[in-house]
Amino acid sequence: MIMISNDLSAPISKREIVDIRELSKFYGTYEVLKKVNFTVRAGERVVICGPSGSGKSTLIRCINRLEKFQSGNIVVDGVPLDDNPDNVDTIRREVGMVFQSFNLFPHLTVLENCTLAPMITRKLSQSAAEKLAFELLDRVQIANQAKKYPMHLSGGQQQRVAIARALCMKPRLMLFDEPTSALDPEMVTEVLDVIVDLAKEGMTMICVTHEMGFARRVASRVAFISEGKILEEADPDTFFDSPKHERTKSFLSRILSH
Amino acid sequence: MDFSVSDTIEFMPRLLWGALTTIEITLLSIVLAMALGLLLAVVRSSSSKMVTLPATIFVDLIRGTPLLLQIFYIYYVLPLAGVTLDAFTAGVIALSMNYAAYLSEVFRSGIVAVPAGQREAAWSLGIPARETMTRVVLPQAVRLVIPSVGNYFVSLFKDSALVSVIALTELMRAGQLLASSTFKHFEIFTIVALIYLAISYPATWLVRWVERYFKIGKLKDPVDPVRH
Repeated sequence: MIMISNDLSAPISKREIVDIRELSKFYGTYEVLKKVNFTVRAGERVVICGPSGSGKSTLIRCINRLEKFQSGNIVVDGVPLDDNPDNVDTIRREVGMVFQSFNLFPHLTVLENCTLAPMITRKLSQSAAEKLAFELLDRVQIANQAKKYPMHLSGGQQQRVAIARALCMKPRLMLFDEPTSALDPEMVTEVLDVIVDLAKEGMTMICVTHEMGFARRVASRVAFISEGKILEEADPDTFFDSPKHERTKSFLSRILSH
Repeated sequence: MDFSVSDTIEFMPRLLWGALTTIEITLLSIVLAMALGLLLAVVRSSSSKMVTLPATIFVDLIRGTPLLLQIFYIYYVLPLAGVTLDAFTAGVIALSMNYAAYLSEVFRSGIVAVPAGQREAAWSLGIPARETMTRVVLPQAVRLVIPSVGNYFVSLFKDSALVSVIALTELMRAGQLLASSTFKHFEIFTIVALIYLAISYPATWLVRWVERYFKIGKLKDPVDPVRH
């Protein structure tokens, strides 16, 4: 499973950042995740793809407890994800998430969006938080917009701010839930480039996306989910060039046809 | 029905003193109603039925009975339980409690209108529930409901006239006393009406100014298909 076949050379260690065992989740009687087993090690970049309704977003949202699950267990970097609020808070501090609809706080400036969480949860002083925020805003090339409000930024700019905001918590794992699906096509590249840079620096990440070109560039592993089960997992070359499962093949042919 | 200027000058001081009391009672009640209303709204957003039930009962009782009755209750019935209040305090308490109940509904609808993604973003950053409410949800909820809350304030200002029934000499009662002793109902009640208007009209402008200051209408979901 630890095969790197793209240009990223950040090493993958053996340390398990996310370990999901026999995870089942129901919406009422509908089983959206069916005894899923899934592990991600430090340094890995996993892309999850699949048809809509397959459970891919639900799966990663279980990792930071935005969704609850009914059976199985999840351990994030040694901390079990259960009903204990301290565990949930610890995990949420170490896992960053970027959403399809950005979810920036509209009543705060870009800078304030980034400093809010570190000041509240890590008790950073305002100046320390701002220094950190400027570093990260600079990394996503948006530091000159620090005093603006989200409503004045384009979608691509907002999403880059969202990434910087998540990075201000110095997470050990980043979750991307279709980060470019709500963007106009000309802004998709600027956001994907930021994520690729992040991957080059060794950030462990799980990315739910339809951008297969990006997946080929950045993923150390690609997983295909359908109807609540992971049907296939492989390194990108194997996954795209020689998929094994019928449903994987038909999904790829539909999605790669344009 | 002659409207003499000298009469007007004679009535004004007493009416204006009454107006002052009206303004005092209104401002005090607004502040208390906002605080209590916000608290009730937060309590009622809790997921625990044990926590929400007393608040819901309170709000339902208030909304189901006339304000006038509530004023009488607080002024005439509470003393039987050992709590005797002067008319001003009783008036402020009745108005505050009454409007707090209605404002809690307004704040609740504001809280619910804040998109779920906002809470999710806050939680995903590790921000605990309390700070999520106070630093992320409430600031947005309050901005969304400023127009409604502003209207309720103007309404409270007018409802302060009801406190005249427990013999508080605010503007309405000052007018009644003058009218019953001079029989100049037309002049006096017209002046009273004008004084109420002179305060409520600018108040409406103030509400609109506050709306614009907080840029209402721009705090929408950033992924707006029309604007992109």
